[in-house]
Formats: sequence, C-alpha cells, structure tokens
Amino acid sequence: MKSMTDIPRPATSPRSAAALSADPRNVQLTEDGKLRHFLTIGGLPKEVLEEILDTADSFVNMGEKSVKKVPLLRGKTVVNLFFENSTRTRSTFELAAQRLSADVLSLDINTSATTKGETLMDTLQNLEAMGSDMFIVRHADSGAQHFIASQVTPNVAIINAGDGRHAHPTQAMLDMYTIRKHKGDFSKLKVAIVGDILHSRVARSQVQALNTLGAEEVRLIGPKTLLPDTLAGLGAKLYTRMEDGLKDVDVVIMLRLQKERMDGALLPSEGEFYRLYGLTEEKLNYARPDAIVMHPGPINRGVEIESAVADGPQSLILNQVSYGIAIRMAVMSMSVSGQTQQKVQNQENAASQGNDGETSA
Amino acid sequence: MKLTICGGRLIDPAQNIDELIDIHLADGRVLALGQAPAGFNPERTIHAEGLVVAPGFIDIGAHLREPGPSYKGNLRSETKSALAGGYTTICCRPDTSPCIDSSAVVQQIMDKVEALSQAKVMPIGAMTKDLKGSHLSNMAGLQHTGCVAVSNMRQPVESSLVLRRCLEYASTFDLQVVFYPEDHWLKADGCANEGELASRLGLGGIPASAEAIGLSRVLHLIETTGVKAHFGMLSTARAVEMIANAQQRGLPVTADVDMAHLIYTEAEIDGYNSQFFVEPPLRSEEDRAALRQGVRDGVLSVISSAHLPHEEAAKMAPFAAAEPGMATLETTLSQGLSLVAEDLLSLNQLVERLTSGPAKALGLPMGSLSVGQAADLCLFDPEAEWVVNDESLHTAGENTPLMQQEVKGQVQFAIVDGQVAFERNSR
Amino acid sequence: MTTHTNLPDVNTLIEQLAQQLKQHIQNQNLNNIALVGIHSGGVWVAERLHSLLEQEEALGTLDISFYRDDYTRVGLNPSVKPSSLPFATEGRHIVLVDDVIMSGRTIRAAMNELFDYGRPDSVTLVTLLSLPGRELPIQPDITGQTLTLAPGERVKLTGPDNLSLELQTAQ
Repeated sequence: MKSMTDIPRPATSPRSAAALSADPRNVQLTEDGKLRHFLTIGGLPKEVLEEILDTADSFVNMGEKSVKKVPLLRGKTVVNLFFENSTRTRSTFELAAQRLSADVLSLDINTSATTKGETLMDTLQNLEAMGSDMFIVRHADSGAQHFIASQVTPNVAIINAGDGRHAHPTQAMLDMYTIRKHKGDFSKLKVAIVGDILHSRVARSQVQALNTLGAEEVRLIGPKTLLPDTLAGLGAKLYTRMEDGLKDVDVVIMLRLQKERMDGALLPSEGEFYRLYGLTEEKLNYARPDAIVMHPGPINRGVEIESAVADGPQSLILNQVSYGIAIRMAVMSMSVSGQTQQKVQNQENAASQGNDGETSA
Repeated sequence: MKLTICGGRLIDPAQNIDELIDIHLADGRVLALGQAPAGFNPERTIHAEGLVVAPGFIDIGAHLREPGPSYKGNLRSETKSALAGGYTTICCRPDTSPCIDSSAVVQQIMDKVEALSQAKVMPIGAMTKDLKGSHLSNMAGLQHTGCVAVSNMRQPVESSLVLRRCLEYASTFDLQVVFYPEDHWLKADGCANEGELASRLGLGGIPASAEAIGLSRVLHLIETTGVKAHFGMLSTARAVEMIANAQQRGLPVTADVDMAHLIYTEAEIDGYNSQFFVEPPLRSEEDRAALRQGVRDGVLSVISSAHLPHEEAAKMAPFAAAEPGMATLETTLSQGLSLVAEDLLSLNQLVERLTSGPAKALGLPMGSLSVGQAADLCLFDPEAEWVVNDESLHTAGENTPLMQQEVKGQVQFAIVDGQVAFERNSR
Repeated sequence: MTTHTNLPDVNTLIEQLAQQLKQHIQNQNLNNIALVGIHSGGVWVAERLHSLLEQEEALGTLDISFYRDDYTRVGLNPSVKPSSLPFATEGRHIVLVDDVIMSGRTIRAAMNELFDYGRPDSVTLVTLLSLPGRELPIQPDITGQTLTLAPGERVKLTGPDNLSLELQTAQ
C-alpha cells in the first residue's frame, strides 16, 4: 500500500514550484509546476493563479465570436459528480465543458445512496475504468477531492466544485477575475467579505486567493458566532461591525446566509442579521463611492443584501456568472494539459529507469 | 518451566534496578535475580546480550476487537500483536460489539484468552448498559467475572446525576473507573483540534475546553464520591495542569497519555492524511510539550497505546468520513525509544510508564520483577532496526502511519507466567 | 533556393506576392475574395496585402491557439488574441495569409477554425516564406520565397512596423 508519509516533510520556507509538487500535501501540480488538479487555492503560487486569470481572458473574449466552441477537449470525457445538490454550479461546469468540445456526463449522486452501497473509492474507480479524463466533484466532506486526487484516481484531472467547508476554488477565481477586470491592481485594494464566514468554503478560498495575489487588505465581517478567531490565521482582519469593516473598502463581497443557522444557536433571526449586516444602500456608503458589490449567489434579497444594491450600478453579480464559465474553461483546459504533461513525464522517467537496469516504480 | 535469562540489562523501575544482572524463573514466578540459586538447572537459557530485560508491558485501553467484526482484528491476532510489542497484559476497552456490559461477554473473552495462551487480558467493563450513559451495568458481576475496572469510554453520560450514581455504585465494590473526559456537546461533529489548521482545512474542530470541561465535571464528582479514578488518553495542556492540581490537593487520581500524542501534533493532518485521524485529536505543539513534561514529572504516570486496529478500507475515505484510530501495539516501544533518543524521556522513565505505572494506576499486583512476582517479562533490542509492513506486523490492523517506514527497537521475547509466549523468528 | 545567409527584403517580397495574388484571382475567377491573416506575422503581411489590393472589406484575423494539435504537450498559451472575422465565411473565397509555412500544422489549425465558422467556397494559401519540413500534405498556392536554413537556425518576421526578417540561431 502506498504510504503518504515516507516523503520527508518539506521546510516551511517559501517553496519553489518543483518543491511544491513533491510535497504530498500539494498534489495539484506537476513536477514542472503546471496545474494538473484544481483542488484549492492554498499551495498554488501566484504565477499559477495569474495564468488561470489570463487564460480565462482568452475565453471571455471568445464569447464575442459567433462560434462559441473550441476543440481543446475534443475526445475527452468530463464527468460531473455532484454529491451535494447544485443546479447552478453544475450547469456552468457542463456549459464550460461543452464549449471546450468535451463529452460531458453528469451524475447526481445522493450521498445516502453512496453510504448504503458503493464506497466513494469504488464509484470513482469504476468511472475511471470507463475512460474518464476529468471529474468535477462537489462533496460534503472537506478534503474529499484531495483524497480522490491523491489516493483514488491521480491520473484523472480532478476539479473541486466545493468540498465541505474547505474550498471552492473556481468560485474564488471567478471572483478574482471580476475584481481584476473591474478594479485592476490587487495591491491597491481593500476587500471585505461579509456574512457566514464560519461555514463558507467560498470565503476561505477567496481569502487565500486575495492574499496570494497581493491584495492590500482582506477583511472579514460578521457576528462572533460566524467569525471565530481561528480564521485570523488565514490572513485577514476580523470585524464585527459593518461601519468599521466597510470603511474605505474597494470591494464588498456578500455571502449567502443559510436558514439552518438559526437552529444551531448561531443567529437569532434573519431580521436581526439584516439590520446589523445586510448590505443596504446606507451601509454601502461606508465603502468607497466607486466600490464594487459582489455575491457568489444565489442571493437572499432582504437577508444579506437589499434589492436596490443587488440590482444597483455598483453590483457586478451578473457579470460574475458570465465570467464563471470562462474561468472554468480555463482550469479545465489547464489541468488536462497538466495531466498529459505528467503522463509524458512519467513515461520518460520510467524509460530512463528501465535503461539504468532498475525496475521502474 | 525453569528458565534463566542471562547477560541482559535488567530495567525494573519498581525496584530501582538498572544493571546487567541475570534473572531466573520457575513455576511461573521470578525465582531469583543475579546468581542462580544452588542446584538450579534451567530447562532453557536465553542469552540476552544486547537486550533490555523488563517487566512485561501493561496497556490500559487497547481495543482487541472481539467480540466484533473479525476483519478489523480479533483476540488471536491482537493478543499476538500485544506480545510482539512487549505487552504481557492488556486491559482492553469495553466498546466491543456487543460491548462488555455483561458477565457473559466477559466470560466469552476470558475463555478465549485462556485457550489462546498469549497475552493476559483483564477487561475494562462498560460502566453503563450498552455504554448509553443512562442505566448502570451489573458492575459487581463484571468485576466478579474478571473486569479490573469500568469505563464509559468516549460515550457521553449526559446527566451529571447519573454519572454521580455510577461512581457511587462503582465505589461500593472498590471498583476503579477509567475516564476519557470530553464534553460531547462541545465536541459536536468535530474531528480535529479546534484551531487555525482545522479552520483552514474546513474540518470541524474540537476545542481544548471540551476536554477541560469534561475533566472538571468528573474531578468534582470524584471528590464527592471517593471513587478510584484513572484518566485515559489526555490530549491537552490544560488537562495535565488540572490533574497535577488534583494530585497536589491529595486526590488519588492517575492519568495516561497515548504514545501518538507524545510524538505527533495536529500538523500531521495537513493534507488530510486520515492515518492521523484519532480520538482525541492530535493537538498543538504547546499541548504536546505539556504532555511530555507531564510524563517526565510523573503527573502522567502511564503511557498507553490507544491501539485501535482497522482494515485498510476504513482509512480510504475523506478525512472526517474515515474511521479514527491507529494500530500501535507493536510500534509503541520504538516510538518511545525515539523520545529517549531525543532526550525527552529517559529509558527508565519509559519502562516505568509502561510497567509499574499502569500496574499502580489500576492496583494490579504486576509490573515488577521482584522475587515471587508472576514472571511476565519482555526482552527487547533497543538497537534493532526493522521495517513496519504486513510481514513484520502481527496485528490485523493496517492503520499505522509508520507503514513502510524503518523504526528502531524491537521485542525479541515475551514471557507470560514464566513461559516463552513469543519469540521473534529471526533470533 | 536561397542559402541561409541571404534573407530577402520583405517589402519587395510582399509586392511580388500582391502581383502574383492578383494574377491568381484573375486566373481562378475568384469573386469577392476575403483576406484572413494568421496571428501575428500573417496578420502583418495580410495588412500590407490588404492595402496593396485596395480591399474595401475589413481584414479577418485568426488566432489558432485553441486549434493547435499539440496544446497538451506544450501547454496553453495564455496570451491568446481573439480571432476576428467581420464577415461570414460561408460561401466565400478566402485568401489565407501567413508569414512562414513549415510543418503545415498551423495552416491545418487555421482551416479547422475557418470551417467552424462556416463552409467557404475555396481557400487560397499565401505565405511570405516556405521552409522545408512538411509533416502534412499542405502547400501554399503562392509563396514569396523558398528558403533552406542550416540546422538550429530559425527565421522570424519582426513587426508590425518596418517588417523585416531576422535569423535566429538556437544556443
């Protein structure tokens, strides 16, 4: 059985792309530092994030052509595996795959069905045996996609569409794209993220991306029940008042509030949350006059955001959706490219080991 | 069987012995140390040059998996594994399937153990029926059939009133209770130490306060009821502090920490390595430092194994969906020796925490090699290097983070009641 | 054939191309041709041809990055300029322009892309230079000059102003 622990633990100093890929904790990169799985923003160097944004740029421009397809993934099979329901995210991934000319298969797997029958491992290995080149996975367990990429099907490109409370990297990248396109240089920007940070995988990925891309300041705003101190270590300043947290920010990102939060004694009511943290026109005035407003969607009008703001001139919520397809096309084509490069590299390694008279690994 | 072990380094902390001295066994007991008695003709002589000769290790809380699913292990494989790890007595935990809450289950285990003639087993019985935390188990019956203590393991006893009654009842029979303190509400669905790392990984956190609050509640009830108590598998600095405090106030409580918590911290779970998913969770460097200090000071007078074997598939899942636990009986010694090598512990202290420490904690007449004692010994080579893999391990468990790694320190012989119960083939 | 030391003058070559193209259009009876250049060198050449032929209709440009057959090996080039075809290709006579043809794969990719837009009536290939080394059976209809390079040498068109050819030796 392969052991994940017989690779020496790397030093904690800044790491080169090559060192990062040798680290078993970062399975995302090839030996040359190219993306071959897209699991989390954490561990990816700035260059890779910028490559994703630049690649997405080409795909956004593509929308102006009358032909909306390119043959990059022609002949490749992309499987959407959503263990958690989501029509929106799944359909944007389907669309992205189709625009890359891939064959797309979408499987909605009820988690309870899996626990009754097939293990996660068996489900995926069966799909791999059917000739899949990419799995787009959404799962309720944090680290599920890491598990899949490192232990189950490392030769199938894994794209994380959200895992538990850990990461939602494609959402974070489309948010970064939106910010870069409308605001430019990250190093001059103050960004505030508001709402249920505790349960938000989107927020975690956004904070990591903003810091890697060099944002001037990242702020998290919410009540203490939804904003534990342990999150400061992610690289953000914590605020409990909108008045303080939104002061002079350039970007306001509102997060969706789920109704279950009232049951866990995390919030008393939607009403109180809206009074304190809902983004109204009045609260938006704390930010800079040219601040942009974003939301990963779907929005809860009157709970986290006022309609006038959501539909207003500073809102980029609909733009985010359109950029989402381009970002997903970018990570999908980059990771298939990385997987192919890795396979070529593995073959070359095996060949040279064979030539030395040793048996290959 | 008359047996002489000569040329070995005898370490018996209970008698303050650490020297090259021979030991002679007869009729299942220690006959003499040093020179053989006149006319003593051993049927076998073991040449123990280069080996440490110590009392057989005693473990509090290993899981022996029987009754229960045999693909995870059973009494045969796990008592063999115990011997291979130097353990001659296992006080096994009660959360088997079914749990050890009836004399019938205890009898079943004791009969099997006797037939196997491998390591001795003294079960820890369930404190409440089915470990559900609401009704007393037949504690007297359990004690009578062979249980050395009772415990509710990691299952909650929600009502403090019920918990008090359990302790009062146990103390009626002078029966010891082993506690694994944790407030299960604060634990919620956590699987990792609450902190920055768990937050970043999106894993539910178990705060250190869960252990402190659970411990605090029990300490007060111990004072009220006078029950004999041992705390198992502590994981936080605060718990060590609270135990030290209680001991200073004269409360007769003992405590242990499992080897993994002396070796590893939460850093091991970065990257979601489910081999390091254990209960209680691996915690911070500060916690580990305090646990190490507690072991040195003797506040933690016992090091336990927390042995919990699983088949490979149990760990092949996303972190929180995997099953917690490590198979450790055969690697605890080498892990302990690595602490000795780093000057974090002396060899004497290590042996003490594995022998007389647990014996005293549970009031067992063992853990020492004084004349007349039952002859339970382990002989180990502290320099032997070996690779942990399917061939070298005897446990059915495949869940050790040390798989395929080379470790140092290996048991060569285990002697139970004067009989050689285990002998490493290579010798 | 010209030896590697003598790189031709680009402007002369383009004027020559323009002449040959006008002749070709007449001979083949190509009505209302549409000029399309391949980024980047082909676009620069096509722009010159566009003014020399006094084309009224706007020039089309193609970026073939997404149609390359080797992207999984060399990776995706992030700095892709968008293709821009301000006319429908369906039923048109296309004149496809590139600076250099060597293996022929760029032209194949360009034709794939053109056909995704719509089926042209014909495609005429014009290249400034032709180098040996075809890997596909694709030949220019009109070419300025055929060159042979020494091993390790590459030729590059520099622009967009003052077009000229440069020789580069691999280190």
